[in-house]
Amino acid sequence: MSSQDDAPLVKIRGLRFSRGSHVIFDGVDLDIQRGKVTAIMGPSGTGKTTLLKLIGGQLRPQSGTIHVDGEEVHKLSRDKLYRLRKRMGLLFQSGALLTDLNVFENVAFPLREHTKLPESMIRDLVLMKLEAVGLRGARHLGPSELSGGMARRVALARAIALDPMMIMYDEPFTGQDPISMGVLVKLIRRLNDALGLTSIVVSHDVQETAAISDYIYLLSGGKVVGQGTPEELERSDSAWAQQFLQGLPDGPVPFHYAAEDYARDLLAGREGEVG
Amino acid sequence: MLDWLQRLGQSGLGFFERLGRGHLLLYYIVAGIPSVIIRFGLLIQQIYSVGVLSLLIILVSGLFVGMVLGLQGYNTLVDFGAEESLGTVVALTLVRELGPVVTALLFAGRAGSALTAEIGLMKATEQLSGMEMMAVDPIRRVLSPRFLAGFISMPLLAAIFSAVGVMGGYFVGVGLLGVDEGAYWSQMQSSVDLHEDIYNGVIKSIVFGVVASWIAIFEGYDATPTSEGVSRATTRTVVHTSLAVLGLDFILTALMFGDN
Repeated sequence: MSSQDDAPLVKIRGLRFSRGSHVIFDGVDLDIQRGKVTAIMGPSGTGKTTLLKLIGGQLRPQSGTIHVDGEEVHKLSRDKLYRLRKRMGLLFQSGALLTDLNVFENVAFPLREHTKLPESMIRDLVLMKLEAVGLRGARHLGPSELSGGMARRVALARAIALDPMMIMYDEPFTGQDPISMGVLVKLIRRLNDALGLTSIVVSHDVQETAAISDYIYLLSGGKVVGQGTPEELERSDSAWAQQFLQGLPDGPVPFHYAAEDYARDLLAGREGEVG
Repeated sequence: MLDWLQRLGQSGLGFFERLGRGHLLLYYIVAGIPSVIIRFGLLIQQIYSVGVLSLLIILVSGLFVGMVLGLQGYNTLVDFGAEESLGTVVALTLVRELGPVVTALLFAGRAGSALTAEIGLMKATEQLSGMEMMAVDPIRRVLSPRFLAGFISMPLLAAIFSAVGVMGGYFVGVGLLGVDEGAYWSQMQSSVDLHEDIYNGVIKSIVFGVVASWIAIFEGYDATPTSEGVSRATTRTVVHTSLAVLGLDFILTALMFGDN
């Protein structure tokens, strides 16, 4: 193995990103190791999805660098960026299936766009990918006929159609019933190990994500506030990590949104000064 | 006062920013056209949904507009004993003005709004973003074929509109009101000029086709990705296309026929 193979697949250094005056990332350093399932967790609104879009080159950071497989994403030409994207898959929260195509054609889409394979081979490949997510029998259904969990599994089959080196999952468990949640949890781990992938799971479902990840980053307020294996984090004495992992309503992340003094606020209303 | 000035400046800047984005998008769309020509199937599919599906409304509207022209033209001309010129009046009005303009307005309502809603919803449901992440350029895959389809369909629809309108005028003028059939066609043939009238009409419809498709696609692509954003963008498409077509029609008419 060369040193390139030992280096992290994704290396983020000093990442800064803001939308308008709202700072989303303020100096984030992250390493995603090859072949591992790495979870990025944090409360809603900490920019977890934004991070995936930054890694995929859909957004541009104000400063800092993001290297994927040794290439700096934001310095690549359009052609090279597209070539890199063929090797990574992003699973959107909504699935982002093309609504005018059925399940089979959705999975075939990247193959048809990027390869000149004969129809019979495309059929075989698509059926293999659909079999891997357990939906070979649903190939004729349209996206509107699928449940949320099935749509995500079809999107997963599509994401692995070109045999990528890495898959990024954006909130894969949100809004799933316990059964389809269990299916997705199993699938993410199994595909990662069977296909030799590297997986990044962005989520705030602590138990499910911790169960399948090898390493966890905790994000809050634009910074990495904790990292380690699930066991390390469980034992960590960081108040923030404990509040997040155990789902405590109050702690370093306060229950109350910043506001002026409660009593004064109520009295002010009595004097007719609303707002 | 200062607040008002600030708001004015802000909306002015916003307008020019949108204008700039629109032109950049047009540049990328046009740059993507060669890749559409290679994948002919995509283009045919879009010509079907943009052009062929607009045929019914164009045929029916063209027929009625032609019939109204026949009726109104006859009523005016008969006072001067010039009802033989009905063919000329109907044909010139359609070929020079109503064909391209009314077709463009109907096109904005039928195909433009559908384009905006489709692209806007694809954006709202992250389909465009998903394509980008699959290394498929949504501009080349989704926008360029639709633009080229609009560009090709508009002149054809306008020609069909004019042709059907001439037939509508014929049914009313010759069929119902008793204008001489030979006079209707021969007067038309002798006074409609290929360069002066037909070419200029075609140029107009090409320009309207570009503008209508461009506005529809840009509004969809630039829409706020929510249901309200898409509905606003659809409305804007129809309003902006109509205004742009009518304004451009005056400019083009002044350039083409202003020196007569």
